[in-house]
Amino acid sequence: MSQSATTSINGVKHTHEVEPRLLLVHFIRELAGLTRTHVGCDTSQCGTCTINLNGLAVKSCTMLAVQADGAQIGTIEGMAKDGKLHPIQEGFWEKHGLQCGFCTPGMIMSAAQLIQRYPKPTEEQIRHQLEGNLCRCTGYHNIVKAIQHAAETMAGK
Amino acid sequence: MATAKLMGASIKRREDPRFITGKGNYTDDLKLPGMTYAAFVRSPHSHAGIRKIDTSKALKHPGVVAVFTGKDMTGVNSLPCGWDLNKGKNIPGVVQDLVMVPHMPLTSDVARHVGDPVAVVIADSQDAALDAAELVTVDWDVKPSVTATGAAGQSGAALIHAGAPGNVAFKWELGGGDIDAAFKSADVVVKKRIVNQRLVANAMEPRACVARFEESTGDLTLWVTSQNPHVHRLLMCAFVLGIPEHKVRVIAPDVGGAFGSKIFLYNEEVVCSWASRQIKRPIRWTSTRREAYMTDAQGRDHVTDAAMAMSKDGKILGLHVKTTANLGAYLSTFAPAVPTFLYGTLLNGVYVMGAIKCEVTGVFTNTTAVDAYRGAGRPEACYVLERMIDAAASALKMDPADVRRKNFIPKFSGAYQTHVAVAYDSGDYAGAFDKLLQMFDYKKFRAEQAEARKKGRYLGVGFSTYIEACSIAPSKLVGALGAGAGLYESGKIRVHPTGGVTVFTGSHSHGQGHETTFAQLVADELQMPMDQVEVVHGDTGAIPFGMGTYGSRSASVGGTALHMSVNKIKEKGKKIAAHLLEASASDIEYVGGQFQVRGAPGKAVPWGAVALTAYVPHNYPEGLEPGLEETSFYDPSNFCFPFGAHACVVEVDGDTGHVKILRYIAVDDVGNVINPMIVDGMVHGGIAQGVAQALWEGAVYDEESGQLVSGSLMDYALPRSDMLPMYETARTETPTPVNPLGVKGAGETGTIASTPAVVNAVVDALSGFGIDHIETMPLTPERVWKTVQAAKSKK
Repeated sequence: MSQSATTSINGVKHTHEVEPRLLLVHFIRELAGLTRTHVGCDTSQCGTCTINLNGLAVKSCTMLAVQADGAQIGTIEGMAKDGKLHPIQEGFWEKHGLQCGFCTPGMIMSAAQLIQRYPKPTEEQIRHQLEGNLCRCTGYHNIVKAIQHAAETMAGK
Repeated sequence: MATAKLMGASIKRREDPRFITGKGNYTDDLKLPGMTYAAFVRSPHSHAGIRKIDTSKALKHPGVVAVFTGKDMTGVNSLPCGWDLNKGKNIPGVVQDLVMVPHMPLTSDVARHVGDPVAVVIADSQDAALDAAELVTVDWDVKPSVTATGAAGQSGAALIHAGAPGNVAFKWELGGGDIDAAFKSADVVVKKRIVNQRLVANAMEPRACVARFEESTGDLTLWVTSQNPHVHRLLMCAFVLGIPEHKVRVIAPDVGGAFGSKIFLYNEEVVCSWASRQIKRPIRWTSTRREAYMTDAQGRDHVTDAAMAMSKDGKILGLHVKTTANLGAYLSTFAPAVPTFLYGTLLNGVYVMGAIKCEVTGVFTNTTAVDAYRGAGRPEACYVLERMIDAAASALKMDPADVRRKNFIPKFSGAYQTHVAVAYDSGDYAGAFDKLLQMFDYKKFRAEQAEARKKGRYLGVGFSTYIEACSIAPSKLVGALGAGAGLYESGKIRVHPTGGVTVFTGSHSHGQGHETTFAQLVADELQMPMDQVEVVHGDTGAIPFGMGTYGSRSASVGGTALHMSVNKIKEKGKKIAAHLLEASASDIEYVGGQFQVRGAPGKAVPWGAVALTAYVPHNYPEGLEPGLEETSFYDPSNFCFPFGAHACVVEVDGDTGHVKILRYIAVDDVGNVINPMIVDGMVHGGIAQGVAQALWEGAVYDEESGQLVSGSLMDYALPRSDMLPMYETARTETPTPVNPLGVKGAGETGTIASTPAVVNAVVDALSGFGIDHIETMPLTPERVWKTVQAAKSKK
């Protein structure tokens, strides 16, 4: 029954024999061992599993691993480069955009796409673009500020 | 080694780098050799007898290691309820004793709510476990059920526990002052039914556990999503499994939010711990979100009839409250405390009151158990009181701000004895309210509101001047109130020979930022850079027995325990330094990171030299023990009482019932503040949860079938980023005299204050329709629209 699935995650090739029903998020967490992409629900509501798949922010619980065969995937583990934090990571740290940290990887991966689409996002744009990512700790206030901070840093480059 | 002042500084959190880069370590991330995976077979019915469970097919499924039912768990006891309400034990206020109903880890006779676990399947893979769980067949004897709070006690209602006739779990009352006289002398009596709906905590990380039994040593290690690993260990070892506590280590690693729901001992962690001893392999279980809705202890669920006696000039003469509290199908760990001692004791609010009477009946229903959820009892009390104040203002045609101001307890420090047992520690309630009104520009708003109404726009403001009780203590008192545990905290400071410090705290951080705030506290007191201080928490194998984090107690209780240990370290350091300086210890002071002869900075020994000398005691005081490590247990003399004033401004769409929040302003007084950035963050998150209760959230059970209709994130309206505003926050600082740090607690204030502020704002917006109350939350567009239509048709 199993099928082969190969993905490139943060530039590293991962090939595994998987059951066709295996969700991409479990491929990432259990087979590739990248456990910072989280699972917070079972209905694709919470966004903690958000990754970048071929350039798009995607909830990795909404896809089968076999559907991602051949895909280029980016996860939170790949955001910092050469020991330097990504400006979005800096923004979340600087503006206290996280408390328990569980939703944070998904938030950061969504925010990356958000800033790509809206390099100077308004509060309304941020709130609208992030409505697929749930946070129970922050009340979103500091997440909005974190993303504004990141966008400003990135625009300044 | 002079350092900047750390206490009171908004220092960026030191735990964040691991969370933002992918180095976090949550329970479900754990991988162990030989791991097996558990899946639970749960009742699909709200109430059903179990005639037979057939596990034979599941056992034959490839990859299955074991299948257990309740009957296999011989010698295992009920999950304990750690708070008794019993007249025989002289617990105050008990009218009818709490019925301690059994709560078996796997029920084998009757399932009493949807999701009640009846069997566990353990397999080599998660998929195999889930597949095999589908093959377990249960012969159910489906019974009628009751889920609604108000219906539990009605005649003919399904009986949930044979030992609890009428589904009554307990009856309890509290009060003070002459309530009859208050109502007799009243100019106006306001009566309202107030429903505080059931909520689901919804921490983003679902509960999880990994249990590993080592046959060679007999040691059991349990990694679990816990707010209080020592409490988990004690309850599980001593009460349920009967295994030695010293052979069990409980680790609560990074925990992704909790809000109360991870305080309690749950079926699954007990079953996995027990089963790991049977199969001698590690077992991992991670809740799905659906399971979380069915099994995580839920919050609130009160139906209250309140009456308030007022004088015509706006003085509160008396408050009489009759509450039915839904406890669910079983007694969760601390469930009986929530609608009693954490509720009735807060009904005095921040006001001078003539008299109070509070009567509570706890009932069983065929629903998930209810226990502490952020605020726990205090939001329910605040909601009743603040809603009644506004209803009274409306009845008296007075400004709700004026009614509040007329009744505030004057500024004090030391003790203010209320009518409901507790004595407040310090407060300046008018001070916080004045600051709020100043930030808000109240007069201007009322003018805008009047203008808007002429144009058919419905603006409203709601106030909430709240009090909160946190760091519940002392242990002797809570014991007398029925608690099975003490409520102290431990704090250990280990100074290493090279001068660095490791801090061990019995508090547990699951978002609160203890690794930063406790390092700030200790580094500040020891006058050293923060990077010299490491904070360890969440591991019973490493830290002294601690009570954990809930009830906004970490800074005030856990922080004070650390402060005490710092003082002991300094005292010992003075003895060592005195010996080296050939001076008297009483002449030594600790200044700028060195021990010096008082007033003589030139005659000094640096911190590092004292640390090293303690571990290399060649030139050392006679009779003094080597080493530099101190442990303290702090048991506060009283609760702390944070307070504040919140205002919410809304616009209600008269045609659709949609509520939009225009402004949210919060002035909180949490005593002295260690890290303002972190406190602001706590307040934001708390407000969001309270606003969500007012407007969107609610656990809905189908009354016919007993099914939890709002059983997923598709059905339960957790607030999203585009539903909430930016919050305007400010503080007043009234230190508590209870502890030497002057800190009160900040974790729950937002949740307590915000729900009534929002509802009061909506009611204010609709006052033109003659609306002075909406009985039930959440104020969804449908409910608001129906309320408006009903009011219109009355006119």
